[in-house]
Amino acid sequence: MDRFLFLTFDGLSRGAVYAAFALALVLIWRAARIVNFAQGAMAVATVYAGYSVTNATGSYWLGFVVAIVGGLVLGAAVERVVMRFVDHSSPLNGVVVALGLVLIIQGVLGMIYGNEFLPAPTAFSRDAFEVGGVALLSRYDIFVFASVGAVVVLLTLLFTRTPTGLRMRAAAFAPDVSRLLGVPVGGMLTLGWALAAAVGSLAGLLVIPTELGLHPTAMDVVFISAFTAAVLGGLDSPIGAVIGGLVVGLLLSYVSGYLGATVAPMAVLILLVVVLLGRPDGLFTRARTKARAA
Amino acid sequence: MTTSEPLLDVAGLNAGYGAAPVLRDVSLSVQAGQIVAVLGANGAGKTTLLRTLSGLLPATSGSITFDGIDLRHVKVERMVRHGIAHVPEGRGVVTELTVEENLRLGGLWRGKPKLDDVYELFPPLAQRKSHLGHQLSGGERQMLAIGRALVAQPRLLLLDEPSLGLAPKVTAQIMALLRDLRDRTGLAVLLVEQNVRSALSVADVGIVLALGRIATKDTASELAGNDDLRHAYLGF
Repeated sequence: MDRFLFLTFDGLSRGAVYAAFALALVLIWRAARIVNFAQGAMAVATVYAGYSVTNATGSYWLGFVVAIVGGLVLGAAVERVVMRFVDHSSPLNGVVVALGLVLIIQGVLGMIYGNEFLPAPTAFSRDAFEVGGVALLSRYDIFVFASVGAVVVLLTLLFTRTPTGLRMRAAAFAPDVSRLLGVPVGGMLTLGWALAAAVGSLAGLLVIPTELGLHPTAMDVVFISAFTAAVLGGLDSPIGAVIGGLVVGLLLSYVSGYLGATVAPMAVLILLVVVLLGRPDGLFTRARTKARAA
Repeated sequence: MTTSEPLLDVAGLNAGYGAAPVLRDVSLSVQAGQIVAVLGANGAGKTTLLRTLSGLLPATSGSITFDGIDLRHVKVERMVRHGIAHVPEGRGVVTELTVEENLRLGGLWRGKPKLDDVYELFPPLAQRKSHLGHQLSGGERQMLAIGRALVAQPRLLLLDEPSLGLAPKVTAQIMALLRDLRDRTGLAVLLVEQNVRSALSVADVGIVLALGRIATKDTASELAGNDDLRHAYLGF
């Protein structure tokens, strides 16, 4: 039972990161109908930037802010400079361009920082408190839950309560109509990419120190888990992405706890295949409204 | 009817999709407080005309002047600031947003949108504020699309096939509303319609497009009474 509890909390903590990363994928999917396969590499690039700043200044938090702001800038730049010019007649075009970006970013990072794992610092201790004799949560886990929770709340408020959020949703659903109503659709798209990339950077900052460390490919496996989470939730559903992330985190934790860590990546892929075969629209996407066509 | 400087003045307009020209040498003008009906068969270029005026489709040549401004150099998303509202064909309600959100969207560019007037104009919308666009009937969607355009307080309304798919009674209500808005607020309307009778019942001037050219232009009453024209271009 103790082990089960430990694995559950560990899974939720990892799942929170997957949730954030999946949320970033959903943000871009909703805005641009592109699965941003470059999101992992983009996140790693910004975490490297933060790492450099932390090393130069000795301040973890300065590096943290640089990585997040770097995410905003990189996301906007990728949309403005690259993705805007991708022909959307086939969804494959965006995928291929994103994969090209992955190769470029990982290549450049390897040239600058080298292709070995660098130790990434954490802001808080990862030693778990003992509750009733069971080690459940560390300060770091609490930091993970709090920051992902804050992102979810802030994004929800942005999209449901602010004029900008309304503009962003309208621009995504009906670009031409939105432009006629005075919405700068291109700007909203750039903003969506910027926010998504910043959320991806946060996920990178949170997860990289808990794994092997900083490496140009450090987010590749996380991307697969988060992509599975996003597909599980239905790519259109932010709440689905969050729940999907937590489910994938728990699954990974239980599988590696009870069956061995080497089986865990396979479990994610099996889940992905099962979801794609059984419920390709995800668990949380409303049945496509017939009225949409009317 | 005034004969002063027109609000909208279009001269020698050509536009089309790719290499295929649709509009050829179209010239027309709309005065403030005037309803101009654009009539013609399917494919005559009526929708293309509106899309070109609001900038969704670039003109290949000619001029579009609105209140002294050259509209050909105004971006689509700036049109609403100049007082031009375009209700596209198929109504353009954002079906994933609620009635209230659709209306707010219409007035966002001017800061705090005032929605009460629209709810007063269209009581059915007031009862369905939190319904999503796709839950509305065809008539309600048309009300919402027009209401949303009015939230922006335009001076010129470009209206594409408002009667499409609507019951005659609802169409009549919408035409009456246009007449009322024209009389009360001096709104100018460029009304594209297949439903010739309805359009001419409310319009001051009628323009008949045929194969992208202006075939004839006259007062609405004259057009409605001219049997030859009706048979030749309007099919009734």
